[in-house]
Amino acid sequence: MIKITEHPLNPEDVTSTVFSNEAGAVNVFIGTVRGTTKNKKVVKLEFETYLNMAIKEIEKIIEAARHKWPIQHMIIHHRVGTLTVGEIAVVIAVSSGHRKEAFAACQYAIDTLKETVPIWKKEVFEDGEEWVSAHP
Amino acid sequence: MEVEILAFGITRDIVGGSTFKIFLEREATVSALKELLYQKYPKMKQLRSLMIAVDNEYVDEGLELKGQEEIALIPPVSGG
Repeated sequence: MIKITEHPLNPEDVTSTVFSNEAGAVNVFIGTVRGTTKNKKVVKLEFETYLNMAIKEIEKIIEAARHKWPIQHMIIHHRVGTLTVGEIAVVIAVSSGHRKEAFAACQYAIDTLKETVPIWKKEVFEDGEEWVSAHP
Repeated sequence: MEVEILAFGITRDIVGGSTFKIFLEREATVSALKELLYQKYPKMKQLRSLMIAVDNEYVDEGLELKGQEEIALIPPVSGG
């Protein structure tokens, strides 16, 4: 259900896991490493995590999504370590009876993950580096 | 009491390591810990936010620390 790993993520594996005969919709969000930030060329991203707490916080997201919407399954996989441009950082897959709930739950999951889950990324540029969102 | 603190992301860079020790009054609050951190590491005051986690949970500023907990600094997260 939850995986935080240094290995590359496979969206097909994550997606196929949420399929069920009761589901009429499967929604997948894939977050990828963008090549530019504020017109600066990104060389790579370095992700780190506070693993035990991150898993706990992701569990809370899945639990809350289940309370808010009648979803069948939700899977969240996040990559950590060094990622290059175009690589997949996160995959969230949700299944539900109808599409509306799957879309809503998926959006909720990624939005909340970005606010609460202790994972940090540092953008490495050609001429420096910066922890994302650290400063106002 | 001396407590060991875990530091992640930019706070790890600021303190210069993934763990460090700090001396606190007995039953100091999270708020007191943060004040001490701001004095010792002024760069932490410039962050968009600084949360404290105790035993893998975000805690309120008023929580009293006993010294046996796992305490971690959580600067603004940026996963996804």
